[in-house]
This record gives sequence, structure tokens and C-alpha cells, in this order.
Amino acid sequence: MTAAAVHHPTTHHGMPAASSAAGPAPKRIIIAYGFWLFLLSDIVMFSTIFATYAVVARATAGGPTGAQLFDPVNVAVETALLLFSSFSCGMMSLAMNARNRSAFYVGAAVTFLLGLGFLALEMREFADMVAQGATPQRSAFLSGFFTLVGCHGAHVAAGLLWLVVMVAQVADKGWRRPVCHRLMCFSLFWHALDIIWVALFTIVYLMGGR
Amino acid sequence: MFGKLSWSAIPVDEPIDMIASGLMVLAVLSLLAWVTAKGHWRYLWREWLTSVEHKRIGVMYIVLALVMLLRGFTDAVMMRAQQAVSVGPDGGYLPPEHYNQIFSAHGTIMIFFMAMPFIIGLMNFAVPLQLGIRDVAFPTLNSVSLWLTASGILLTNMSLVVGEFARTGWLAYPPLSELKYSPGVGVDYYLWALQISGVGTLLSGINLATTILKMRAPGMGYTRMPVFCWTALASNLLIIAAFPVLTATFAMLLLDRYLGMHFFTVDGDGNPMMYINLIWIWGHPEVYILILPCFGVFSEVVSTFSGKPLFGYRSMVAATMAICVLSFIVWLHHFFTMGAGANVNGFFGVMTMIIAVPTGVKVYNWLFTMYGGRVRFHAPMYWSVGFMVTFVIGGMTGVLLAVPPADFILHNSLFLIAHFHNVIIGGVVFGVLAGYMYWFPKAFGFTLHEGWGKVSFWCWFIGFYLAFMPLYYLGMLGMTRRLQHYDNPAWQPWLIVAAAGVVFIMAGILALIVQLVVSIRTRDQRRDLTGDPWGGRSLEWSTPSPPPAWNFAILPRVEREDDYWHTKARAREERIAAARALVYEDIHMPRNSPTGFITAFFAVVTGFALIWHIWWMVALGLAGALATTLVFAWRDESEFEIAADEVAQADQAHIEAYWAGTAP
Amino acid sequence: MHRHATVALLLSVLTGVAGCTSGILDPQGPVASAELTILINSLGIMLAIVVPTILATLGVAWWFRAGNTRAQHRPDWEYSGRIEMVVWAIPAMTVLLLGGIGWVSSRDLDPPKPLASSAPTLRVQVVSLDWKWLFIYPDQGIASINHVVVPAGAPVRFELTSDGVMNSFFVPQLGSQIYTMPGMVTRLHLQADKPGRYPGISAQFSGAGFPDMRFTLEAVSRRDFDAWVAAAQGRGETLDADAFRRLTKASRADQPRTFRAIDPRLFNAVVNPGHETILPEPNPNFPGHDYPPLNKGS
Repeated sequence: MTAAAVHHPTTHHGMPAASSAAGPAPKRIIIAYGFWLFLLSDIVMFSTIFATYAVVARATAGGPTGAQLFDPVNVAVETALLLFSSFSCGMMSLAMNARNRSAFYVGAAVTFLLGLGFLALEMREFADMVAQGATPQRSAFLSGFFTLVGCHGAHVAAGLLWLVVMVAQVADKGWRRPVCHRLMCFSLFWHALDIIWVALFTIVYLMGGR
Repeated sequence: MFGKLSWSAIPVDEPIDMIASGLMVLAVLSLLAWVTAKGHWRYLWREWLTSVEHKRIGVMYIVLALVMLLRGFTDAVMMRAQQAVSVGPDGGYLPPEHYNQIFSAHGTIMIFFMAMPFIIGLMNFAVPLQLGIRDVAFPTLNSVSLWLTASGILLTNMSLVVGEFARTGWLAYPPLSELKYSPGVGVDYYLWALQISGVGTLLSGINLATTILKMRAPGMGYTRMPVFCWTALASNLLIIAAFPVLTATFAMLLLDRYLGMHFFTVDGDGNPMMYINLIWIWGHPEVYILILPCFGVFSEVVSTFSGKPLFGYRSMVAATMAICVLSFIVWLHHFFTMGAGANVNGFFGVMTMIIAVPTGVKVYNWLFTMYGGRVRFHAPMYWSVGFMVTFVIGGMTGVLLAVPPADFILHNSLFLIAHFHNVIIGGVVFGVLAGYMYWFPKAFGFTLHEGWGKVSFWCWFIGFYLAFMPLYYLGMLGMTRRLQHYDNPAWQPWLIVAAAGVVFIMAGILALIVQLVVSIRTRDQRRDLTGDPWGGRSLEWSTPSPPPAWNFAILPRVEREDDYWHTKARAREERIAAARALVYEDIHMPRNSPTGFITAFFAVVTGFALIWHIWWMVALGLAGALATTLVFAWRDESEFEIAADEVAQADQAHIEAYWAGTAP
Repeated sequence: MHRHATVALLLSVLTGVAGCTSGILDPQGPVASAELTILINSLGIMLAIVVPTILATLGVAWWFRAGNTRAQHRPDWEYSGRIEMVVWAIPAMTVLLLGGIGWVSSRDLDPPKPLASSAPTLRVQVVSLDWKWLFIYPDQGIASINHVVVPAGAPVRFELTSDGVMNSFFVPQLGSQIYTMPGMVTRLHLQADKPGRYPGISAQFSGAGFPDMRFTLEAVSRRDFDAWVAAAQGRGETLDADAFRRLTKASRADQPRTFRAIDPRLFNAVVNPGHETILPEPNPNFPGHDYPPLNKGS
């Protein structure tokens, strides 16, 4: 074609060449990045439920309000369990990086038990509320409450199942690359659940408990 | 045992319904019989159904879209025919129960199962090729996305045979869509079909966004990406941000319907307007999810066929990203008539108009891309110029509707219907068809018949104006949408003209089919041996047509925008000498996997069981899905190796063929 | 006013159905007239940009066709700062103008904003039902189905809600439609300038009987209105809780009829089922366009 085209400078319109000179990113980065985008979409889904909850928080249809139902002590214990489980999850990741199986198993077991404890307390809270007649069918507020908190609980339950699978994979396959990638994603997932719980704790229990 | 399902679910007493579903079942059965008779199952399973290759997945998405275009268009024909004759209290041949299902199905199918798969198919096919890479970030996940979309399509079409579809309109506004007012399974079909395909769309969005952001050929900086990749990036980011809202909103409506909750109900302090807000927080970005990649297609087509770089590349990118952001703060213009107050309406009206600025900029930049070029009028170029002319009219009526007091008298009227068909047909349909005709030779190695492509364009173009210009006018006469019958005889002539327009569009669709058949039969004369039939500018045209599984024998090193164009400009000898010196390495490609297909199978089982309240089958379906996931999660490296020799042979053959084909 | 008539006439002549034009092209009140003016002005402003753009597109595409050797050839021309500025400026200026129109008119024509008039405002409560319209005249103590009579030349203040699914109350020749929604009250001010019968519809799909969900708005002289009210007070049944329950049964294409008396709590009971809250009485001194939207529980 024309000479002008060939002698075009290598940077376009004087913009600096971007940092992707190396080509496609390594697989570990791609997986983590994709999983982050997934978590982001999950957070968007939670935001939708949060927004809905904010709209219906006072729509009790003459039924019980949050202040009448919430037990701050129970919630404080739940929060503590979940936050500590994030800590043990972090220890688990360190054990993975050090390729230390027994430390990994201990970390996983503690994470699992703390998560299970959280879920048990949440189930007990739900059961108490239902026993008082505060069912999800009672009012828009309670529909929102059970859906928001329950959705987080379902994520925790899914996380526990995932954790069991990962422990089995480490036992079966050892520290192969795909196993480590999956553990990395699990760890991101578990911490994201913590972030959502902090928002949930603040908006539902702290602001709605009064 | 079978929940709500019984023999009465099959509408034997409705002849129109039975004929339609009978024909559909017959078509599917004869297709299956043909595949069996020809012994194609093995080929189909190994090369297509379990394929994780982005190009094949893209092609399968587009096949789904074209089939659903026929289904959705059949609905359109029935609607236009009904309104052409339904003047008077008992007018028309369709009872309201049936008519209301048809317009609901038409909207749902055209948006979710025609436009979306077409767009995602084009992005899947073209983006990795344009980026100069070998596949998307997560190939198996890509197959899962495809098959989940197919599951939603299957469930929606099952509703024609077993049970009914929603009668609520394509967005199923509550309280009408609540159990109290829609006790049948129609809304459940709608919700579960869209939930399942929505998950597929979300995963696809994550996949493509990760691909574009993290996997570009060496040197392919953001400012060197083809504009189609930019628009695909914007579209996929919108999918990631918008589809979870849809999922959550539908989930809440499902909780209302299945567990008696009170999110959007009239009683229990529920708030139906919340649904309408949420659905449009998804819904408005959705229209940009559809149109942005089409803008990308037009940018590629106009630039290629004008033989010029895209004018104002940076402006185009800025405009794309501006639309991407702004699309999230305009949703309320879909219901100015809710009575939200003057300031709220004013704000959303002004924001909506602001979106018209970057869109207008794009039109002018395409115009200046043609300016000073040598415009070759191949079929894709017809669609592009037809789009530019039609779309500005649709944009104009859109801005009219954004003026709140004008919307107060036009809202929900046929003016609105005309407006969004103006942008969806004039923008999205013209765009995907341009893309289809532009990339077809790349996908299959031979070009499509030009003449039939142009016939199709003219039929669509004329048909669109005939079918929808009268609707603008009818809207001004006060005709509202979704009327099964009406009492104003003055409307009828215009509705008959609109029905005539539909006949033209039907001819356009037939021409598309003829074009495909003729092109396949004469494929030996229309082989594209060079891999570059149009004189393309971006990297996909540097590969053979069709490209090998690995796309690029050696990942290209990108030195500027429109890199391939400039490579071609270099001396032929220099290029061949360079080619001889290439060093090939073994290539690792992902292995095919039935995960997607099996996941989709269980998704359909679960969805169907949920719709009909067959709880044991729900448990079975979920257990199957879980087992599939566990098996998939247990895999190790799932790649196979292609030897360097094989790659070298194929690549050198292509280089020879290219220079032989373009020899002066 | 003349201009609208001209445009409407022009449109109908152009389209060959002179005399049949109705809908929003034939406005019969101040709201509809103002809205049509805004529509036409906005259309005019945009056509001034859109028509040249379409012509330029076709012209450029044609002139620079591959076969035209007389056309200038600049295969590498891809950027011009001056042109970029112009192509951003043209739509931006247009939108600036239209945005101003949109913002100002959104405030001027906000449905809850009362219309300026020396005539007293009539209050009508509207309930959309499956599939009919109930009009309650709280100050006259009567009610009517699918037929609403108002004095010509006087503003009417509609307060609207729905007993079940959403609808949209719309009299095309009088302007502004507004949703009727369960558990909420919307407000709308309209006025018919001249006596006449104006068709009204639901403009929001509401189920199987939706196409028949039509009503007539009849504007009459003040004297005829008073006579109609007096006649209505003298016949028909009383609209109490039982009568209302019968009305809520789904039906299509109901013949217009009136009720001699009403239970004054009825409208509130529809808005707030199961609640004993009373709607605040409208305050005539309250600035109209900031009138707070009423939600349940307020």
C-alpha cells in the first residue's frame, strides 16, 4: 500500500504502547481475574436484594419488626465465627503456599467448623422466628429479610461443600496446579462472603435492630 | 406423582396451537431422523455438541438465533394478521388468552433467544480471532453457557406443546404476573427459561470480558484493539453488571409465586413498582448489550469496505464507554408515567438525551470513514448504510420519548412499539446480519451469494418501513399496544399496511434461507483460499478460512492498530522470507468436553420439574447437575497437544495460498 | 392552538384520512395542547439535524463508491481534530436545547401540579378494576362506571389507584396519562376546554379483558353537570363495601351506570386494605409540583 502507511509510528496517535506487550496473561492470573469478575457479579446480585430490602424494611403489614425479632448476641456470635473463619481460611492459603498438607488440613477443618457453626446459629435464628409466626410469608419485610440473609447462608453452605471437595482433592491429587487454582478461587469466595456479611450485619441488624 | 402436569396440559382443543406445535415437533423429529439415517450422530457429538472451540460455539449460537428468528417472526406474523382484522368487539381469529401469549412470547424470544445468542455468537467467533489468540479464557465454561442458553430455548418452546406461555407481556410486570392473577404455568415457564439462560449469558459475559482484558496477542494494547473488541468489552461488562439484577429480580418473583412471599404482591405490603424499577435497571443496559456490538460490526464493515481506517478511533472508543456507563442511569424513562415527580422525571429525561450524544458521534464518524474512501458495496455494506439511515430515525423518536411530557401522551402506544423496533431491527438485526455476511466466509471458507444477500436487504429495509411507519402514526391516533381487538375502524387501513410490511420482511427472511442454500450448493466456486476475501484490516483475516483449531500458528506480534492491513502493505518477498524463518512450537488446545451438554440436560429436567411442581424430579435434576459439576471439578489438565510439524505444514500452506491468491 | 390544528390537518391530509384524526393530534385541553406543542417543537429541532445527516450519509456513500474515479481518495485519512469537535458539538448542542425543554416542561406539566383556573376544581377518585373503571365523586357523593362526566372549562383533579393489577389512565385528547397502582395514589390534573365526548383507555396491559377497558370522558356545561349529578343522586344503588366487592369480580365491557351514594371511606380502603389510615385532605395552598406522592402508610 502507500508508503505513509508503512512508516506509521509504532504508537498510535502518540499514545504509549500498552503494558500487554507480553501477550496473554498466565493461566493463574486469568483464572483469578475471571473469578473476581464472577464475584463482582455476585455482589451486584446481592446489591439488588439489599436495595429491595431497604425498600421493604418498614413494610411489615402490621407484623413484627426487626427490633422485635433480632437478637444482637446471636448475631454478634455469628459475626465472630465468620470473621474467624476468614482468618483460618487465610492460614489455609498460607499452608497451601508452603505445600504443608497437615497445616492445610487443620486450617480447612477449623474453617469448616466455624462456617458450620455460623450456619447452625443462623438456622436456629430462622427457626425461632418461624416459631413466633414471623415467617417469610408474613410481610414484605420478612420476605426481604429471609431472602437476603438466606441467600448469604446458601452461599456459605455452598462454600462448605466446596471446601469438602477441595480437601478431598488435595488428599487425592496433592498440590497439582489446577487444585491450587481452585483453592485460590475458594479463598477469594470465602472472603467475599465476609464482605457481604459485614454489609448485611450493618444494614439488617445494626440499622434495623433499633 | 407428576405435580400439576396432566394430559389436559396439552392444548388439544386449540387448533392453531396444535397445528403450530405439531409442525414444530414434526420438524424436530424429522431433523433427528435425518441425522440418524445419515449416521451423523458421532460426527455431531464429537465435532460440535461437545466442542469447546470458540468458533464452533459461536456458530452454534448463531444457528440457535436464526432458528429462533423464525419462531419469533411467526409470532409477529400472527400478531400483525390479528390486528389487521380485529376491529369490533369480537374481532380477529385469536382469542385473548392466545393473543396475549403470542405477544409475550414474541418479545421474550426475540430479545433473549434471537438477539442475545446472535450477538454472543458473533462475539465468540470474532473476538479471539481479532485479538490474535487461540481461544477464550474458559473454553469449557463457554460450552456450558451455550448449552444453558439452549436449555432456556428448549423450555420456552416446550410451553407451546405442554401447558402455556406467559400472558403478561415480555417483562411480566407484577402484580399481573403474581400467582393471584396468573395462576397457570405460563409465567413459570417464562421465569425458569430465562433464569437458566440468564446464568449462561452471565458466564459468557465473564468469559469474554476476561478474554478481552487479560488475553490479547503480544503488543495488542487497548488502543490497538479493533473497535469490535472494544464494543464487545463494553457489552460484556454490561452483562456482568446487569444480568445479576435480572436474576435476583426473577428470583424474588419466583419466591412470591412458589413460597408465598410478598415482594411484589398487592397484599402483605409488597411493592410491585419495585419490580418495575429493578427489571429496567437490567432492561435498559440490556438494549446497549445488544446494540454496542452491532456498532462494532458496522465499524469493522464500513472501515473494511471503504478501504480506510476507522475515522476517529479514539472518539469511537470514548463514545462506546460513555454509553456503557450512562446506560445505567436512564432506566426510569421506561415509566415516567408512574408519577415519580417532576425532578426525577426531568433528571432521567436529560440523562437519556445525553446518551444520544455519543451515539450521534458514532454516526458521523462512520460517515467520515466513508469520506475519501473507495466504498465497495458488498452485502454487509448495504446493511450498514441501511442501518445508518434507519437508526437516526429511531434515535430521534427515542429522544422524543425522553421528553417527559411527550412521553405522557406517547407512552405504551404503538409509537413506542415503532420506536423500539426501529432501533432493534434497524440497529441490532441489520447489525447481526451485516456481521453474519461479513464473517461467514471466515467461518466456512466460502462467501455467501451477494445477489440474494442484497435481495434480503431490500426486502427487510422496505418491509421495516412499511410495517413500522404506520405504527408511529397509529400511536399518535391514540392506539395503545397489546390490543387483541379495537373499536376504531380508522385504524384498520394502517394496520393492513403494517401487515403488508410483514410480508416483505418474510420475503427478506426467505431470501436469507435461499442465500444460504444457494451458497452451500455453489460453494466450490466461491471458495475463499486467501483467507482475506474483503481486503480486511484486522487479524482474523490473516488466518486461513476456516481458521485451524489453533487460529494462529504463531501468536502475531501487533505493532499498530489495523495491524494486518499494514502487514499486507509490506513487500511480498519480505513477507514470504519472514514466513520461511518462522519457528513453530507445539500448541496446547483444550480438549472437547460433554460437560456443557450434560449440565444443560439436567437444567432442562430441573426447570421442567420446577414449572410443573414435580418435586422428586427437581431433586433428581439437581443431584445430576451436582454430580456433573463434581466430575468436571475432578479433572486435571484437559488439553491436548498439536505437534509443531502439523502446525507448520498448515501455516506454510496458507501462506503460499494467500500469495498465490493475491498475486498481481 | 392554530399551529396544532394546522399540523393535525396537514398530517391527516397527507395521510388521506381527513376527518378521522383523533388521539393526541386533536388536543382538546390545555395539557394536551402543551404536550403536543412540546412534541412538535422537539421533533422540529431534531429533524433539522436528522434530515441533513441522512442525506449526507446517502450522499457520501454514493459519491465515494468504488467506481467513481472523480471522487477524492484519501485512504489513510483517519483523524481530524476540527471535525471531531464538530461531530461532538452538533449532538451536544441539540441535546442541550432539548434537555432544557425536557427539564422545564417536566416541571411545568407534572401531573400532580394543579392547573391555573378561575373555575373551581372538580375532584374525582379513580379506581381501576378488572376490567372497568370506577369513578368516585367524593364531594358529590356519587360514583360511576366506565363513564366520567366533568364540567367543560374547569380543571379536574384525579386521584387514582388500582384494586389489583396496574393500569394506565389515559384520555388521549386531554393529555397526560398516569399509572394506577395498587396500594398507591397518583394525581393528575386535566381540563377539557369544550363540551364533548372524549374516548379514554387503559394504556397499560392488564390481562384478558384489557382491550375492553375503555371509558368515555364527557365534558358538559356547568349546568348540565349539576343536572347530571342531581340525576345520579336520585337513582342506582349505593356503593358500599358489598357493592364494591361485587364490582371487583372480573367483567368485560360493562355498560356505564351510576351509584346514588358512596361510602366515603371506600377509596382509602382500596388504597390501604387492612389499614385504618385516612388520606390527608389535599391542601389547596400546597405548591402543586412538589406535592408529595402518597404511598401506603404515609
